[in-house]
Amino acid sequence: MPSNTRPSQAHYVAPIEETPLVAIDSVKAEGKPSNLWTDAWRDLRKRPMFWISAVMIVILVIVALFPTLFTSVDPRYCQLSLSNQGPGGDSLLGYNRQGCDIFARIIHGTSTSLAVGLIVSFLVALLGVIFGAFSGFYGGWLDAVLSRIGDIFFSIPYILAAVVVMSVFSQYANVWTISLAIGAFAWPATARVLRAEILRVKNADFVMAATALGVSRFRILLRHVLPNSIAPVLVITTISLASAIVAEATLSFLGVGLPSTTMSWGNDISQAQVDLRTNPQTLILPSIALSVTVLSFIMLGEVIRDALDPKARAQR
Amino acid sequence: MAGYILRRLLQAIPVLLGTTFLIYFMVFAMPGDPIVALFGEKTPPPQVLEAVRERYNLDKPFIVQYLLFLGGIFQGDLGISFSGEPVSDILARTFPVTLRLALLSTLFLMVGGILIGLISGLRKGGIFDASALVVSLILISLPIFVIGFVAQFVFAIQLGWFRTTVGPGAPWGDLVLPAIVLAAGSFAQIVRLTRSSVIETDGQDFVRTAASKGLSRRRIVPVHILRNSLIPVVTYLAVDFGVLMVGATVTEGIFNVPGVGNTLYQAIIRGEGPTVVSFVTVMVLIYLVVNLLVDLLYAVLDPRIRYAK
Amino acid sequence: MKIKRIGVAAIALAAAGALALSGCSTSSEPAAPEGDSTAIITTNGSEPQNPLIPTNTNETGGGKILDSIFAGLIYYDAEGKPVNDMAESIETEDSQTYTITIKEGQEFTNGEPVTAESFVKAWNYGAALDNAQLSSYFFESIEGFSYDENVDEMSGLEVIDERTFEVTLKQPESDFPLRLGYSAYYPLPEAAWEDLEAFGENPIGNGPYKLAEEGAWKHNERIDLVKNEDYQGGRQAANGGLEIIFYATQDAAYADLQGGNLDIIDAIPDSALATYEDEFGDRSVNQAAAIFQSFVIPDRLPHFGGEEGKLRRAAISHAINREEITDVIFSGTRTPAKDFTSPVIDGYSEDIPGAEVLEYDPERAVELWEEANALSPWEGSFQIGYNADGGHQAWVDAVANQIKNELGIDATGAPYPTFAEFRTSITDRAIQTAFRTGWQADYPSLSNFLAPLYQTGAGSNDGDYSNPEFDQLMADGLGATDVEEGIEKFQQAQEILFEDLPAIPLWYSTVNGAWGEQVENVEFGWNSVPLYYQVTKSEE
Repeated sequence: MPSNTRPSQAHYVAPIEETPLVAIDSVKAEGKPSNLWTDAWRDLRKRPMFWISAVMIVILVIVALFPTLFTSVDPRYCQLSLSNQGPGGDSLLGYNRQGCDIFARIIHGTSTSLAVGLIVSFLVALLGVIFGAFSGFYGGWLDAVLSRIGDIFFSIPYILAAVVVMSVFSQYANVWTISLAIGAFAWPATARVLRAEILRVKNADFVMAATALGVSRFRILLRHVLPNSIAPVLVITTISLASAIVAEATLSFLGVGLPSTTMSWGNDISQAQVDLRTNPQTLILPSIALSVTVLSFIMLGEVIRDALDPKARAQR
Repeated sequence: MAGYILRRLLQAIPVLLGTTFLIYFMVFAMPGDPIVALFGEKTPPPQVLEAVRERYNLDKPFIVQYLLFLGGIFQGDLGISFSGEPVSDILARTFPVTLRLALLSTLFLMVGGILIGLISGLRKGGIFDASALVVSLILISLPIFVIGFVAQFVFAIQLGWFRTTVGPGAPWGDLVLPAIVLAAGSFAQIVRLTRSSVIETDGQDFVRTAASKGLSRRRIVPVHILRNSLIPVVTYLAVDFGVLMVGATVTEGIFNVPGVGNTLYQAIIRGEGPTVVSFVTVMVLIYLVVNLLVDLLYAVLDPRIRYAK
Repeated sequence: MKIKRIGVAAIALAAAGALALSGCSTSSEPAAPEGDSTAIITTNGSEPQNPLIPTNTNETGGGKILDSIFAGLIYYDAEGKPVNDMAESIETEDSQTYTITIKEGQEFTNGEPVTAESFVKAWNYGAALDNAQLSSYFFESIEGFSYDENVDEMSGLEVIDERTFEVTLKQPESDFPLRLGYSAYYPLPEAAWEDLEAFGENPIGNGPYKLAEEGAWKHNERIDLVKNEDYQGGRQAANGGLEIIFYATQDAAYADLQGGNLDIIDAIPDSALATYEDEFGDRSVNQAAAIFQSFVIPDRLPHFGGEEGKLRRAAISHAINREEITDVIFSGTRTPAKDFTSPVIDGYSEDIPGAEVLEYDPERAVELWEEANALSPWEGSFQIGYNADGGHQAWVDAVANQIKNELGIDATGAPYPTFAEFRTSITDRAIQTAFRTGWQADYPSLSNFLAPLYQTGAGSNDGDYSNPEFDQLMADGLGATDVEEGIEKFQQAQEILFEDLPAIPLWYSTVNGAWGEQVENVEFGWNSVPLYYQVTKSEE
């Protein structure tokens, strides 16, 4: 790889010695060797946004694990005579069309929705990073093979895949299998975006510097390239949390998801669609729960991204 | 470069073989007998079932069915649907409509999503940024059915700005509203990706260099920041293009668009192997071409990226 | 609300034997039809799932088109009464041999005369096993029909002369003439036999409408029909033609009616069931239809055989509050079932002895359930299977919740992703739960709701119900030469069904439709399809 000439750029770039040094460019020789992750953590702790989102997520996890702390109403006891009644009496948010308590269902649906969202996001991030990083960084035939596998996975119609996968596992329909079915076909987007970022980053000066210093290729990928290209992955992953929760609902609605007795926000949202004209609150309330959850993870992703980006850190 | 393109196009052959086999197998593996479903709630005598199955070659073993289908492809015959229409005709009438819809939708995403993401990124933490986040959150938390329904009710039925559904021939004008609704599903991703990318680029050396050279912000933003931030966004748009085409089932249903999404969905539900496989084959081809174009575009957006050898 | 009340009145009338259900549409006003006789009526439809060949079409999308472009021996008027169309007379002395004479001077739209041969050839084609026609079972009672070998010409069909043919059945069946208005019995012109596949794309018929041109069927989009000026039957079109636009969802069709792009729709999306009557007022309809909904609990399920099963079925039936579900889940667009047929059928009665089992009675339900538990204690969970692609989840969940709440047992819905998977597991008897069933009559006759579903070994007897007493009463009813006598036998047969509950009756579907201000004389037929031929439209 030619590293003696700088790639041509459309505009004039000053030689390195003319560029004024900013704080981050200077190196304190006497300091402890800095580690990206410990730096990031030190930075995170100082941000209020981090603590807000962390507290919200902790609350969500507590709701998911101990729903009965928040409501004593049985979400499975539904009476048609209470259908679509508004809040009041024993009910905080009223009842849905089947006459089930909306608040109790949202509380009890948290664990399923949160679990599906988290597992899928994790899967998408993991598969996306593995496929994207290797194909982008190493290129060549590895890129060709990995990218084409991604193409195939992405071309398979989602519903077809879900119906086939879930009917094969119909005996074991649970949060894990459904998350697997969703995640297995959602990662190629992440992989392609990461691949593109890596294509860009791998030509950066610091990579060339590391190469010149004799750092191994894999170590360069892990230590230098990946942390600098992870931002878009964080963005997609946090949003895929929401997509996964909605996808679970779609699959359950199609009869290939979780058993109909399993409660989830997505399930309630999709069942409330027919009430859109008459009782929109049955749809909006679980949607708000979904929004708040996604918001807390987007905020978390945001601060992590800032913390990982030394330049954004320096700007503050 | 020509060699690179040729090599990429050649990769299509194994990919197509793999995908058609996989899809055909998946349709075959779908539980339930599509012929039984043709009779509705009535249960036909087994002899009649057998006779109908024979007509669609469904009585043969899977591998024979697949080879018959593959053999047909080489003679330009993609088989016929249960309704007796050649699959090639179905492709020819649905893909142009869907392609138009997806292109329009991508256009809206490019203009709207990228612009909003850019401003959000440049004014990080401001009112605009926060509002964009709220809109994104609403759009990702509501099912597309709701967004489509509200859009149709407000803009078509109440205000009369658009035709309620897509009229004969699916003209561009009728596709505007469905395209916007379809774009709503990917709006959040594009905005957030652009924003994050812009924030990152904004802090880079060459932007500071440009600023220190005295270049105006007006020139730095489009030439330096935007161009260098586009790579992840363009990549995502390309991947999303396929989703917009195949995954438009709900939007197509609301606006009665005679496109790929619904036809494919019906074909899957009915277990029409040849139709499903033909559709997916075309989709794979579109993916390969779009991804190739995007890979070529990288070099334009960032000259440091060269075609892989 | 107004319309609903009229609907109830109509049912009461039907019970008294005088079937009159048309009272709820504007057409009942005897105003002289005003309007443009060349105006094209636009309406909703769905892409036909098969080529447009009468014997190979068994779904509503294609059926609606075929009924408009073909004319059979008879047609059904708004009340479901048979009226001669192509037939001059259909005569029999023993309900087994029928002599059918065709009116003189009837023509297909290509100029060919409609002859005895047009019917006989089409029927023979539809019946032959090798042709694998979806509606072949309609010919199974004709002498010579076989499921085991291919029969090119059934011995029971004999052409006497140009306009006369004779049909001999395997056994006496008094309702045979009533069936002849169903699309499977339509005639085909000679031109069809040159290339039936091409014919299915551009069919040539003899009905009130014809295809506007070659290629008028624009797949997945629409089909354009124009008035057939040569049609001489009783369904002469009062308008210039029909434009049937295909919709994948009812939501889109409803939006188009609201947006003024459609004149009439004959289905209302679930999301608008609660509001459409307010919105369209007297331009909407909610009247009984010939569709019976139920669920079957097969004998072979554990705890549902023999005496124990009878008790449990009755308990479950008593635990369901049909009024509440039809009201809350369906916004009144279903009518709680009172028997195993439909209120639009001649001979329908709400007062069949044993019908009390359909009443909501939680105490009785628990009592019966406990009685069954005394025979063998209940264990496990009660599930109702349904196909998830048909919009059944809401009511299945509601029924399951009621059973759960009243009987104190675990009860849930069990969704199948596709209709194909659902029906296959029923056909293969692999399904290990109760399952939903629905039956839309092909012709307006009590026996059509009973014989195919509950007779021993009958094709759609999915629960393998068998009761010799019931079989005997059905045979007696079908063999009866007197209509009243036949009805009496069928009612007695239903008494047995109420005892055994081979299916748990739930409700009858209703026709739900609405239309715009520009059209008049909109009336819906017994089979839920508007009588398009009498609709008039004023063009401003």
